[in-house]
Amino acid sequence: MGTYLDDFKAQFISNFVNEGRWRYLLNGLGNTLRITLMALVIGIAIGIVIAVVRSTYDKNYEAMRSKGSKILLRLVDGICRIYLTVIRGTPVVIQLMLFYYVIMVTSKNSILIAAICFGLNSGAYVAEIIRGGIMSIDNGQFEAGRSLGFGYIRTMQYIIIPQVLKNILPSLANEFIVLLKETSVSGYVAVMDLTKAGDIIRGTTFSALMPLMAVALIYLVMVMFFTKLISILERKLRDGQR
Amino acid sequence: MKKAKKFLALLLVAIMAVSMSACGTDSTETGGNAAEETGASEQTTLIMGTSADFAPYEYYDNDEIVGIDVEVAQAIADKLGYELEIMDMDFSSILVALSTGKVDMGIAAFTVTEERQKSVDFTDSYGVSTQVVIVKEGSEITDVSSLQNGGYSIAVQLSSIGDSYVTDDLEAEGLCTVDRYNKATDTAAALTAGKADAVVIDQEVAKKLVENNEGLTILEDAYAVDEYAITLQKGSALTEEINGALEDLKADGTLQAIFDKYITTE
Repeated sequence: MGTYLDDFKAQFISNFVNEGRWRYLLNGLGNTLRITLMALVIGIAIGIVIAVVRSTYDKNYEAMRSKGSKILLRLVDGICRIYLTVIRGTPVVIQLMLFYYVIMVTSKNSILIAAICFGLNSGAYVAEIIRGGIMSIDNGQFEAGRSLGFGYIRTMQYIIIPQVLKNILPSLANEFIVLLKETSVSGYVAVMDLTKAGDIIRGTTFSALMPLMAVALIYLVMVMFFTKLISILERKLRDGQR
Repeated sequence: MKKAKKFLALLLVAIMAVSMSACGTDSTETGGNAAEETGASEQTTLIMGTSADFAPYEYYDNDEIVGIDVEVAQAIADKLGYELEIMDMDFSSILVALSTGKVDMGIAAFTVTEERQKSVDFTDSYGVSTQVVIVKEGSEITDVSSLQNGGYSIAVQLSSIGDSYVTDDLEAEGLCTVDRYNKATDTAAALTAGKADAVVIDQEVAKKLVENNEGLTILEDAYAVDEYAITLQKGSALTEEINGALEDLKADGTLQAIFDKYITTE
């Protein structure tokens, strides 16, 4: 038993303490969080726009009067559909590498590139979450808005969206957690995220167990932390409703 | 509802059964859970770990992995009477695979370093390793010492000797940033795209990269000169055998012939 403990200690020191290797993990963590948060903001922004377009198309198309805006809506909805299909139909690693090597080929800021790519990717999924939320609101709510004299936009603004936000919070939280772990492939484009930091340590110490366990543990702690935050938020929202 | 539940349960069991069966077979690059070898008793195959993104040392040619290291490995295996099996993986994973016994030897233009010698055994050297610097034509970096000046970003392959040199010499002093790529060829792509200002990599590989990418050039003075050797698990019994084979191959000129085949000196 003694030797196992000594071995464990030696491994721990070699992997994390020697030459300040733990700093790789710290920097990697910082980059992962930075990318995730940026991507989240971009994703939600894109998601809202697309969800509104799509659900307006689905709910309102017949009721629209002007021919011009009907055609415009159809066009925009079509673009959204293509975007959704492509993003959801290709692996995020491929999207990332396409972004890095082809689309944003002149940029030197790989963290920004990764954030934009993951944001665009996440936006597709967030859009569907929000659209699902909107579609699930009882039609009676829309009618109530109309009976109050609200136009479509004001109905959305004052009646529908607040309810949608409360409903979709669990799904959005889930998406955030998925996003956090998704960014682990950033290493493919030389971004030093948490996973890559673990790879770097593994490459210099040649031991797989410690770096991998440490990285997994850090991801786990982060996910648990954010999950807890979200459940507190959810509870506050629910209490507010009473 | 009962019928649906039964059907669902059956479906889940079927899925589990299928995925269980997939567990037993197959072991591609990252090596599955194969529990054979590591027994000194009856080994008939030498498993070589490499990263086939490193022409002319190891690279893909029409589905096959070929190159200097591959031919050296084959020559050694033939001399010692083993079959050769090649496993292709990320360069940074090779030595990990070696220390866990998933491969018997790592041959991927490994340079002998003290740091590595702490965890793996090296055979005798089988070639000279020169690290050079690739820059874009017309770059303001004109020799190795100017790398220290400008806060440049240098692309290297993760865990390679280039990585170690640049990290220890430059990044540790805060003189540059290091971009570490999994594949050696990605470093050249980054350089061409302007994402990196320089690449530090093995000489012969650098020549190939410059051939295949526009507008790149190699700096005159080399960054470092070292030696290549084959890596083996610490305390492996194979080290002596392979050293013996290498001796013979050097003596009868086979080794030189392999190098000449792939490296044309201008």
